[in-house]
Amino acid sequence: MRCFVGIDLGSTTSKAVVLDDDGAVLGRGITNSRSNYEMASAVARTEAYVTARFTLFERGLAARLEERPARDRDRLASALKRSFRLQQYLTQLDSLERAAEDELDARRYADRRARVRPRLREVFVRLRDGAPALFGEDAKRKSDFFRDIAGAEYQVAAEEAAHPQDAPFGLLVALYDKAILRVENEQLELGFEANVEPALERVVARADAHVREAARAAAQDAADAELTEVRAVGTGYGRARLPFPRDQIRSEILCHGLGAHAMFPRTRTVLDIGGQDTKAIQVDDAGIVTSFQMNDRCAAGCGRYLGYIADEMNLGLHELGPLAQTAQRTVRISSTCTVFAGAELRERLALGEKREDILSGLHRAIVLRAMSLLARSGGVEEQFTFTGGVANNAAAVAALRDLVAENYGERTLNISPDSIYTGALGAALFALRDVQRTHTTAEVAA
Amino acid sequence: MSTIPPPTRLNPAAQQRDDAEKDRSMVRQKELIAAYYERLAQAPERGEKTVATFVPGNLAELIQCFDLVPILPEINALQSGMRKRSGGFITEAERLGHSEDVCTYVKCDIGMLHGGNIGPTGAPLPTPDLLLLSYTGCFTFMKWFELLREECDRPSVMLQVPYQARGEITPEMKAYVVRQLESEVIPALEKLSGVRFDIDRLREKLELSRRAEDDLVAVLESAKNRPSPIDAYFGGVYYIGPIFTAFRGTEEGCEYYRLLRDEVAQRVNAMRGPTTPEGEVTDERFRLVVEGPPNWTDFREFWKMFYDEGAVVVASTYTKVGGLYDRGFRHDPADPLGSLAEYCLGCYTNLSLPKRVELISDYVREYGADGFLINSVKSCASFSAGQLLILREVEKRTGRAGAFIESDLVDPRYFSAANIKNRIESYLQMVEQKRASGVTS
Amino acid sequence: MTATTRTPAEIAAWAEQLYYDLDFAAPRAWKERTGGSAIGFMPVYAPREIVHAAGALPVGIVGAGDWLEVIRGDAFYQSYLCHIPRSTIDLAETGRLDFLDGMLFPSTCDVIRNLSGMWQLLRPGAYVRYVDVPQNYVKGVGGTFWEHELRALARELGELTGTPVTDERLRASTALYDDNRRAVRELYALRRDEPERAPTSEVYLVLRAGHVLDVATHTALVREYVAAARAATPPALDNARVVVCGAFCEQPPLGLIKTIERSGCFVVDDDLLLVSRWFSRDVGAAGDPFAALSRAFLEDTVPTAVMYAAEAGRGKALVQRVRAARAEGVIFAAPSFCIPALLDQPMLAAELDREGIPYTAFKYAENTGQFHPIREQTGTFADTMKLWSVA
Repeated sequence: MRCFVGIDLGSTTSKAVVLDDDGAVLGRGITNSRSNYEMASAVARTEAYVTARFTLFERGLAARLEERPARDRDRLASALKRSFRLQQYLTQLDSLERAAEDELDARRYADRRARVRPRLREVFVRLRDGAPALFGEDAKRKSDFFRDIAGAEYQVAAEEAAHPQDAPFGLLVALYDKAILRVENEQLELGFEANVEPALERVVARADAHVREAARAAAQDAADAELTEVRAVGTGYGRARLPFPRDQIRSEILCHGLGAHAMFPRTRTVLDIGGQDTKAIQVDDAGIVTSFQMNDRCAAGCGRYLGYIADEMNLGLHELGPLAQTAQRTVRISSTCTVFAGAELRERLALGEKREDILSGLHRAIVLRAMSLLARSGGVEEQFTFTGGVANNAAAVAALRDLVAENYGERTLNISPDSIYTGALGAALFALRDVQRTHTTAEVAA
Repeated sequence: MSTIPPPTRLNPAAQQRDDAEKDRSMVRQKELIAAYYERLAQAPERGEKTVATFVPGNLAELIQCFDLVPILPEINALQSGMRKRSGGFITEAERLGHSEDVCTYVKCDIGMLHGGNIGPTGAPLPTPDLLLLSYTGCFTFMKWFELLREECDRPSVMLQVPYQARGEITPEMKAYVVRQLESEVIPALEKLSGVRFDIDRLREKLELSRRAEDDLVAVLESAKNRPSPIDAYFGGVYYIGPIFTAFRGTEEGCEYYRLLRDEVAQRVNAMRGPTTPEGEVTDERFRLVVEGPPNWTDFREFWKMFYDEGAVVVASTYTKVGGLYDRGFRHDPADPLGSLAEYCLGCYTNLSLPKRVELISDYVREYGADGFLINSVKSCASFSAGQLLILREVEKRTGRAGAFIESDLVDPRYFSAANIKNRIESYLQMVEQKRASGVTS
Repeated sequence: MTATTRTPAEIAAWAEQLYYDLDFAAPRAWKERTGGSAIGFMPVYAPREIVHAAGALPVGIVGAGDWLEVIRGDAFYQSYLCHIPRSTIDLAETGRLDFLDGMLFPSTCDVIRNLSGMWQLLRPGAYVRYVDVPQNYVKGVGGTFWEHELRALARELGELTGTPVTDERLRASTALYDDNRRAVRELYALRRDEPERAPTSEVYLVLRAGHVLDVATHTALVREYVAAARAATPPALDNARVVVCGAFCEQPPLGLIKTIERSGCFVVDDDLLLVSRWFSRDVGAAGDPFAALSRAFLEDTVPTAVMYAAEAGRGKALVQRVRAARAEGVIFAAPSFCIPALLDQPMLAAELDREGIPYTAFKYAENTGQFHPIREQTGTFADTMKLWSVA
């Protein structure tokens, strides 16, 4: 099967999308960005292939268990996915333990190595014991990234395993901090092929033989399927650091435009508010960018601004929007400068303004900045697609909806649950188009 | 296999092969500028008097009529920028109480003055004997010379240049400038130099100016060829160097422009692209018009962002800050003071916004450009205020999309290479994609 | 003029309504009532006499303060430019300035200069004139040029309004504006001599009303306020006397002016809304009225950053103003990115240093929302000065 891959190296996350010959999405992968861009790209790509093979698995399962209700097949597939994630997690824990042990072998720990080692092992025993619960059916994880999950678990386990003299908590955490960096920069075997078997066996152990065999065959076929990567295109802020030839790199503007077009074909205007920058893009009916504007040198009004506000208010980033939506009135905020945000916030609080009313004003202020960029790029045309992390914030979306209606009239506002993959999707489509176009040209020439 | 052409090929071998030929004008340009700074450094010793003045609306020929040497604070600042010394000067000026919001040419100059007035070449610069403010198409100039006057306690003379608010020079504007030349500027120069004003001497110099101006226009218009033999922005700033500074109205200036014109003509015949610091552009992929001054602190890196992509600038407005010769203006020996007045009134930053929109749109069409880019410079409101409207209007008139980037003249803190590169790349890819898909607007 | 006697606070409250009215109901009503035209002008100076003589109402346009959410205007300006042109464009783009029959852009700085061109592009067909004031103050040189500019403006406005600016009409208008400037000088003298009677937040509102009222009405308002303020019995305050310098174009929000006062300062001189007292003495209604306006500009213009100083000693005029107002210190309050004010400031500060006059400086924008740091700063400054004067 021919595959086309798009990779989007963002400032906080790296994403990959795998397409088939028809441009249908086979798989998506995401990981946290890190200083080693090549590794972040490899991890995201592996993840995308994992989900691609899951797609194939689900197709195979459907063919083989046609007579069973779709609900049952879905349940099996989702159990397998959780089990697979557990398997990946355990593989990464092994690597983390090796790295932590190696770190302990460093010279500076020579005098207490013997006393620390059993405690460290205990930490990992606890981590492994606790692992299945993390991937249980109803488990809620704050993040899907190994660094975040393992970090939180390790913290708890280390507190329990620590000993004031033998192995103080701080020392155990220091070992983790070193080890996680190594794990994040290590090429681990996390692919579908290497992990699906043990994952599946856990799930189908007690299933009836027919189901078990069908699942095994579908998994085997999915693992064996030949996924030939015909072409990959990279984009995003870190794109220049990708080990790609130059003609396989596209700007994130172009990719966002095309990705938004693929998600919502009637899109003409795209707004992307990410952590570091804001982009207003106009596209034509084929998804080709006709003009764009990015925020100026100052990062005022980007997602990062909300991060500062959350810190200042001691709230989680995801709590800001819902709180702002409880506002009775909207306080007018003039500064979207990240540097002054804290001061303005404190002054408003000191004046007796309510937190939610201030937050409502802050969200409006961010969207106002975006409105200026939209105006610069040529306005808001029908349909309008909003992407980027801030698109997940309901208060920002509400403010945007109001302001767009006030200034441009009614517009269809599209927000995809997969909007984080917009850039990667666009890049993958470029990979596909490049190959299709070359073929057409070759045929014409012949 | 790919639809996007491989990166532009530069041809270092070609450059080496033609070193002798290519470098003649460049070497000469550098000699001229070096000689100018040399003369400036030795002026006090040799008893030569100096006059501080600006590039736009400069009265080079008139200054020469009194055997005076011009000091050009803008050139000092940009040279300091290119030599990575401006950052320190600016910090020093801010430490002295100058706002972070204002023009960095001014702060660079003030900082340099306070650090012993060591010029960009490392030689000390003389304190000017007179401050000749000969252009007000930039308001900052007025404040700049007021500041300099406070600093060095020298007399000043000012030439107000009315603004072409409706895109034309009226007889009253011209009369006002001529009257100021007669009643204020010339008497001040006579008093300083002890030389009596000789209008015939001025005529002779203006004749030399006119000749050099003809040659400069031929050089700038050579960019209408495909491929363009010159880069009219990054290369252009070298070409305008002599005529915008001390060499208009001189024999050396005339010789330089004749040499340059011949050289460029040969490049046209040989179908050769522009020369860059890394060799010749052999594959012109994008033809662009650029509005706004360049950034000087990272000039080379900035230029590289263009030639790496095969982007050649075919026309620029910055090369018109010292006069729009390509639109027909010439210094005229038959109307010496009148043509000096028209020269001052006609500089690019003295044009109304509608006129600027018209000029850039005309450039896009006349030079067959694929698009245009605005480098919006923080220091220079005279250029920058309104550029976002210029962007919109030129897009509307030419059907070509424009790019917008931000930087500064000589403030190294205000040049974000990653940001600018990202925008230029995104823009050029957009142009490429539109071209590939046959979208014209 | 009014039948009932209003208190100073009531007069200020009435003026405050005009201040907050971004729909310009007052000048719109004037047009309705008189059938005349309205001509907008931006800071710092415009020859309102000529507009008036052409039968039009000059309307001062000074941005939109801190009570307009600027969206369209922001789309035209980079973050490193000042705020007043953004809100001014926003006012125009939202139709709020549609009642204006023309717009004057005085030569103040490159930003406002270029705005005149933007106006031409954004509002094709609208009457726009750039008022290129002389920076050369010699009668036969800058004066000749300026007189020509004034006559050209008069001719064009006459054609626009259908009321030719005759010498006679212009002399009458000049007399009205001379009277208005006298009233404003009385107001400033009152505040200088008895600042507790005339808080600057009120003085500012009364002055600002002149941007949207007919000149005679405004003169009466100023006199009414002066009379009422003299009659009132204000509380005694022990404030420091300061000159506020640098706020001649983009206006500080009213809250900022109040903040300075509440922090313990009497503002005894300022350069707010300079157009209302541009000339230090009467223009005079005799002889050629154009020549008179030109002479006044060359000889009697108050010093400000936007006018070139022909001689060294840029800060001397400020020192004179400090002395004349018996001020103890100077507050430099300039809009962020205001090029003339910020380039001027080091020269003024150097002169204050030489004279031993204390000063403090901050920047604001017309939509500044944070007054707390400013209150801290000016409050500390006021306290320090009071300590000095005791010692």
